[in-house]
Amino acid sequence: MTTRMELLRTMLFMRRFEERCVPLYQQQAIRGFLHLSVGQEAVAAGVGSLLGPDDSVVGTYREHIHALAKGVPADAIMAEMFGRISGCSGGRGGSMHLFSADHRFYGGNAIVAGGLPLAVGLGLADTHFGRSGVCACFFGEGAMAEGAFHESMNLAALWKSPVLFACENNLYAMGTSLERSAASTDLAMRAGSHAMPALSVDGMDVEAVIEATQRALVHLRAGQGPVFVEYRTYRFRPHSMYDPELYRTKQEVERWRERDPLTMLGDRLRASGELDDEMWSAMLAEVDDEIEVAVERAEAGGIEPVDDLARYVLAEVDHG
Amino acid sequence: MAEPAAMETEMTCREAMRAALRESIIDDDRVVLMGEDVGAYGGCFAVSSGLFDELGSERIIDTPLSELGFVGAGIGAALGGMRPIVEIMTGNFSLLALDQIVNTAATLRHMSGGQLGVPIVIRLATGGGRQLAAQHSHSFDGWFGHIPGIKVWSPGVAEDFRWMLSAALADPDPVLIFEHVGLYGRSGPVGARSDAGDPERAVIRRPGRDLSLITFGGTLPMVLDAATELFGDGVDAEVVDLRCLRPLDTSTMVESVRRTHRAVIIDEGWRSGGISAEVSARLAEHCFYDLDAPIGRVCSREVPMPYPAHLEAAALPSVERIVEAARAAMDATVVVETW
Repeated sequence: MTTRMELLRTMLFMRRFEERCVPLYQQQAIRGFLHLSVGQEAVAAGVGSLLGPDDSVVGTYREHIHALAKGVPADAIMAEMFGRISGCSGGRGGSMHLFSADHRFYGGNAIVAGGLPLAVGLGLADTHFGRSGVCACFFGEGAMAEGAFHESMNLAALWKSPVLFACENNLYAMGTSLERSAASTDLAMRAGSHAMPALSVDGMDVEAVIEATQRALVHLRAGQGPVFVEYRTYRFRPHSMYDPELYRTKQEVERWRERDPLTMLGDRLRASGELDDEMWSAMLAEVDDEIEVAVERAEAGGIEPVDDLARYVLAEVDHG
Repeated sequence: MAEPAAMETEMTCREAMRAALRESIIDDDRVVLMGEDVGAYGGCFAVSSGLFDELGSERIIDTPLSELGFVGAGIGAALGGMRPIVEIMTGNFSLLALDQIVNTAATLRHMSGGQLGVPIVIRLATGGGRQLAAQHSHSFDGWFGHIPGIKVWSPGVAEDFRWMLSAALADPDPVLIFEHVGLYGRSGPVGARSDAGDPERAVIRRPGRDLSLITFGGTLPMVLDAATELFGDGVDAEVVDLRCLRPLDTSTMVESVRRTHRAVIIDEGWRSGGISAEVSARLAEHCFYDLDAPIGRVCSREVPMPYPAHLEAAALPSVERIVEAARAAMDATVVVETW
């Protein structure tokens, strides 16, 4: 069982890791699109703390912290964003396409809702082979407007595929608010119509995330089919590094910052005497040092030779 | 183990594919067939008829009408260690699953730096000629042949219907098998698997000296008929069955044209930007100086497929049009089709 201090450290690492990406992007060490989860850490940290090596994860293009939560090393993630061969996808995917077969981390998918059908199939395979794993499939509330969402929910329920449909409702699909894009904003009700348990939880409170996810996992691990959980969360930063944030007010962001998942858990730990300023400073310094090592290693990493460009379009095995 | 097929039996393409499905599923517990009405109904074109009763609902999986969802689920199942055979009822419906095929199945291995392969087999019924009009008759095999990261195979004879599936299942990458609906009822000899050879190599179905007729899939029988007719007129045509549109076997077609010095490509797909254009370009690149005549093409008319029989027949390649194009090639002219 993960302790509350460990959860705090996990979330702090996620926060500092992604904040470190901002200047690296401005310095053009990281290129392409960069989508940060700052503000949403409680979901990935909470769900991730309950998953084991046999479980799989399918993420979105905002997936750095989910990869961290599944155990993909920070070095390999940072190197991937730098486009280095030491990256977790060999430098070929970048920020939006992190993969690690060893960690059963299946992306890194930049098609909204594109990962949901995969999750159904991964669950189907676990069931087919009698394996105990479940698949945690993360997506935003924007994905619920896609046909792939409804197709996948129905297939998973029909086939009792062990998928945790983990909806990170951060209220905005890029710049379009939920209420401007969905006629019905009751996400759990919509999900529940696919004959599976569907619950909503405060996604800023990591302990609430864990409590709800534990309930879902009991159902999933008992072979009773998929569960949908709406984690109500918020991203503090823009959608990507290109977003001027014309669609929401600074006041709204500030209101949500008052419910910062790190502050909420930190305050509880201070109240119970588990955390003080000195410990917090030490934790911060340790986390930053680790991240700096990841940055240094990424910078030192080599790049893939152009001669290898066409490798892995297809398998490199002799299959007769 | 399923019993091996008897040597050189005659069977229809439908029976051949059914035998292949049955054998693959019995022999390998990782293999399932999934798709719309593949089970209780017996398959839209009766290809999987009887398999549901024999093999059960966990191996012959009826899916809802969710092409995007179940193709994606097949990809996920393949990532999870299964060897799914996903049937898409017609090629037109594959467009609903295009995102999963092109953005996921075709990209994962390269995008993940070689970590994740997708050993899925997608079978699609394709082609016209049955008065099924503009949403059930089109040929998108050439389109898919454009995409790196997937393989596109197209059986034209019963033997390939019998043996391409096991080769596709043994392949670690996504394989799309386009099965022309006009072939299902046609019979042909089926020998041992080894007789079928590598599905990614083109095969000379009829040797000839005077010109190369290059085709694949559903148009193969009419090209062979055209070759017979031409032979009666003293023109000895070679018929090249491409079998595989990606990777395209350039050397077999080039070697044929180097012998015959003339080429006509027959493709049921549309001409503009189609696989016939690619074949033509490769011939121009590799054997331009061997050509004694412009490269000819016989393709479908560039219209959505109409329903009435006379219009559909006018839209599709025919023996008559193939013979006309071949004669033009023999005269070192070309049938210029302005559509």
